[in-house]
Amino acid sequence: MEKPGLLRESAFPIVVVILVVVIFWYAAALLMNHGAALDSLKLKGIETTPLQGWLLSLALERPLLPAPHQIAVEMWNTTAQLSVTSKRSLVYHAWVTLSATLVGFGLGTALGVLLAIGIVHNRAMDKSLMPWIIASQTIPILAVAPMLIVVLNAVGISGLLPKALISTYLSFFPVVVGMVKGLRSPETIQFDLMHTYFASSSQIFWKLRWPASVPFLFASLKVAVAIALIGAIVGELPTGAVAGLGARLLSGSYYGQTIQIWSALFMAAFLAGGLVLIVGLVEKLVARTMGAKPERMAA
Amino acid sequence: MIATTVVVAVGIWLAAWGLNEYLVRVKTRSRQSARAVNLAVPALFGITLLILWELLTRGLHVPEIILPAPSVILATGLGALPILYADFQQTVLKSVLAGYTIGCSSGLAVALLIDRSPFLKKGLLPLGNFVSALPIVGIAPIAVMWFGFDWPSKAAVIVVMTFFPMLVNTQAGLAAAGHMERDLMRTYAASWWQSMVKLRLPAAWPFIFNALKINSTLAMIGAIVAEFFGAPVYGMGFRISTEMGRMNTAMVWAEIVVAAIVGSIFYGMIALIERRVTFWHPSVRGGQA
Repeated sequence: MEKPGLLRESAFPIVVVILVVVIFWYAAALLMNHGAALDSLKLKGIETTPLQGWLLSLALERPLLPAPHQIAVEMWNTTAQLSVTSKRSLVYHAWVTLSATLVGFGLGTALGVLLAIGIVHNRAMDKSLMPWIIASQTIPILAVAPMLIVVLNAVGISGLLPKALISTYLSFFPVVVGMVKGLRSPETIQFDLMHTYFASSSQIFWKLRWPASVPFLFASLKVAVAIALIGAIVGELPTGAVAGLGARLLSGSYYGQTIQIWSALFMAAFLAGGLVLIVGLVEKLVARTMGAKPERMAA
Repeated sequence: MIATTVVVAVGIWLAAWGLNEYLVRVKTRSRQSARAVNLAVPALFGITLLILWELLTRGLHVPEIILPAPSVILATGLGALPILYADFQQTVLKSVLAGYTIGCSSGLAVALLIDRSPFLKKGLLPLGNFVSALPIVGIAPIAVMWFGFDWPSKAAVIVVMTFFPMLVNTQAGLAAAGHMERDLMRTYAASWWQSMVKLRLPAAWPFIFNALKINSTLAMIGAIVAEFFGAPVYGMGFRISTEMGRMNTAMVWAEIVVAAIVGSIFYGMIALIERRVTFWHPSVRGGQA
């Protein structure tokens, strides 16, 4: 939707909106934490000026809403200050989640593409699978996550794979739907031309269907990678908070460590943004090597 | 015993597949029988899966903890209807409906509000697009901390999850009306409201319904996942996580079946309304949803 040329022009409004959000955040943090700050001062029996009460509400250890700078400091401390192998390092937890996401995303993409190829070439598969694939998405499938994790644990499969399977399940759907659309996107005249060339079914696939489906593939991949990350995070919840961003969220909520929750959330946001960005960059690269015109890439 | 089960299963599978291959090749003249085939093929596939599931779990003696047979799930579900209904009431009728309504309507309202300000559009839309890709379910523990264990915290998560898809889609929909049509409205000296109500909102309906559909699934997911972080003693997500802890897999499956049915009905209702409202749209006229 957003054209690259507009990006620079729209940088200023985005910055303004973000600034407004940050200001509101500080105001909310001041108001929400003030009561807790006063309580803690009263407990310690310290006589203070009102100013000190307000200042403390931005520096509490377990605030209701941590101020942005507290989260930034926590993130800095848990990423740059600790070695990446440390159990307290956010980089370590992010990597645990990211690896499950990537494995699931890869499997989901491969499965989705294969299914789409089958569906496009076999009418029986199309008719019997497509309705179920679409119906499966109206089901809140994340509800299955805890069961899948526990059951696979019981069978002896634990660690990365169960989480990756949830990501796989979530990410394969957009790929199937997008690829079926993409593989069918060439027009009838183009198929007719291939027929006049006496092209075989596999030649039609490689020379017409596959190249035509690439834009659809990348559009689906962007959705799939974001949803794969969600799958990996939710997949970490029922394992009892061992490692990963989901585990950080859960243990943070057990112990009321709000700053930890927020920094895990921000890390997840950075991961999601980064992954979508990388897919977008690959898309541009592929489009360029395939000889797409720049203005068509923007569309 | 095991060998026979596997052979029978493979046999059923091949027979059903063969039947489907035959069915899709049948040349039908009347539209009705074509529709019947279109229904029969996926139904046959689903029934085959259920039969295989039942056969394999029983024939191979799969422990019930790992995968209960469909009949066991059905029996468990029917035996626990009051519990399932209480969970449904808590999760769907309270959390999902409240959160979905507030989230979607506020997303729509904000999209309309910022429509007149290009500056806000440029600032908010890229952010909205970005936030739509974020794992928002992660705010569930914070919501539980702020709004307590009961349904308001789940509704809050759903509001945040559904707001941004609605905002982004509505905005795209409002931009969907063509230049010619807008120019026509201008020649009529139509006010902003008139052109909004008579031209741009109708043109935006397909996009808005798209968001409503996406959000129906997101809302169910939000409510269930948020209950993993803490809930009163009922609720679908709560039931799933506690019964799983007790290794009562059949009950978990029963709850998932309920969630699936509710999710499909929710989605189906919106799709039905969509067909009524956007009867003019090519995708509806062509007979495809």
